Amino acid sequence: MLDIQKIRADFPILNEKVNGKPLVYFDNGATSQKPQVVIDAIAKYYQEINANIHRGVHTLSQLATDAYEIARGKVQNHINAKHAYEVLFTSGTTFGINLVANGFASFLKPGDEVVVSSLEHHSNIVPWQMLCEKTGATLKVIPMDENGELIMSEYDKLLSEKTKIVTVNHISNALGIINPVKYMIDKAHEVGAAVLIDGAQAVPHLKPDVQELDCDFYAFSGHKMCGPTGTGILYGKEAWLNKLPPYQGGGEMIKEVTFEKTTYAELPHKFEAGTPHIAGGIVLGTAIDYMNEVGFENIQKQELELLNYATEQLSAIEGLRIYGNSKNKTSVISFNIEGIHPYDIGTIIDKLGIAVRTGHHCAQPIMNFFEIPGTIRASFSFYNTKEEIDALVEAVKKAQLMLS
Amino acid sequence: MKIKDIQEEIVDEFSMFDDWMQRYEYIIELGKNLPLIKEEAKVEENLIKGCQSKVWLQGEKNDDKVVFTADSDAILTKGIIAILIRVFSNQTPKDIIDANMDFIDEIGLKEHLSPTRANGLVSMIKNIKMYALAFEAKN
Repeated sequence: MLDIQKIRADFPILNEKVNGKPLVYFDNGATSQKPQVVIDAIAKYYQEINANIHRGVHTLSQLATDAYEIARGKVQNHINAKHAYEVLFTSGTTFGINLVANGFASFLKPGDEVVVSSLEHHSNIVPWQMLCEKTGATLKVIPMDENGELIMSEYDKLLSEKTKIVTVNHISNALGIINPVKYMIDKAHEVGAAVLIDGAQAVPHLKPDVQELDCDFYAFSGHKMCGPTGTGILYGKEAWLNKLPPYQGGGEMIKEVTFEKTTYAELPHKFEAGTPHIAGGIVLGTAIDYMNEVGFENIQKQELELLNYATEQLSAIEGLRIYGNSKNKTSVISFNIEGIHPYDIGTIIDKLGIAVRTGHHCAQPIMNFFEIPGTIRASFSFYNTKEEIDALVEAVKKAQLMLS
Repeated sequence: MKIKDIQEEIVDEFSMFDDWMQRYEYIIELGKNLPLIKEEAKVEENLIKGCQSKVWLQGEKNDDKVVFTADSDAILTKGIIAILIRVFSNQTPKDIIDANMDFIDEIGLKEHLSPTRANGLVSMIKNIKMYALAFEAKN
């Protein structure tokens, strides 16, 4: 069992007050809070080893380069990638998806198909729409049911030899549903399609094993898993990364440059043009260490307990509807109260110190499916408590009273 | 009544409340008196961008004054636009353009003035002033 009070002491922001009330932070789906070790590691980098990497022969540059490459190795171990050079540092999930979508422009032709799901975040829809516009390929969408689960029989029907890539989130950001990605990857491979998994909402809750999943790409962000903002990872299978053209040109990504022709650097540098977020990459390693120390089994146990408790407590409120009733979900509750706009509830409970997300969660197709303007999304992390859920429930009841 | 006098009247009303809850309850109350936009005017062109909730606003010229009507699907937003309409409706375009907005701060809604704030108070004020500018230009 986790000692929650000990864990909470690692996160200084949890002692802050908001509008005079103790902060109850339930917007973990948007970004997680940072433990002191992560905050300290950022300062330590700038205080002790700040230098540009992969360039200088001087000692500091070597130290910074080593630290950056050690962090890459930590990510490799964490997601069980075969090689460290299959792990690319990015600025976040969005960048990783765009890198792949942009690269696929060189492979696709009219008549080819890209398959996305109806549960996606806009950042896993728009880059593919742009790709289809550019290449004349067609976007196909896997439908979902009333519980927010993707309909696998429909998915099977969408796949054909025309399918070039399937892109789906591991866990839905708006509803918290865990998608059957292993099944989907295997099925896509049967028709020869590549698969990209958007892991942004998964990595705070679980340790993905990219070899076991056998996905071709896995993109995620550092800031949702206790790391700094502006950090992210794109994992890609070696063969795919060699096949994809570079995304951005610049320093670091070249082997040789002449005005006649430039040859590109080996992996991973081919995709890492320019000076990266060095501190961020190194500290993402610190964040991963921290989460592994807490332990993903412990994290999952605590979050499941919070999810079950919150579901039970919130369901008791009259007129409250939860969206996404799948059994396979993470600690996210997306809900509305009959007759009340989610924005009104969000504003009132913010005044009571409770941070939730309201709106369409960058997933408008899901909101259109349910014919609602948005939801209130409470997303819990392992450092949250049942007492905080009690505070949320009280606040929602108070808001309901004021607003009806 | 002049814009400035209406603003002072609203500031006076809000000064009676000790805490945010009473202020918000009053905003909700004010929303109930909002001069509603006609159903057929609830079209895309009258929808204010930058709001998490939907806000429709229409300004019409009545002699030398501008008359505003609006509606929203969120109760708090309805109250906020109702306050703005109470201040700006039935005023001349010039007075609307010249109006100072300090009273928003004085009634404790300053936090809603941030341009990124999801309720789009800034967009609402901008749209009101745009109507006034357009009518002024036609004169």
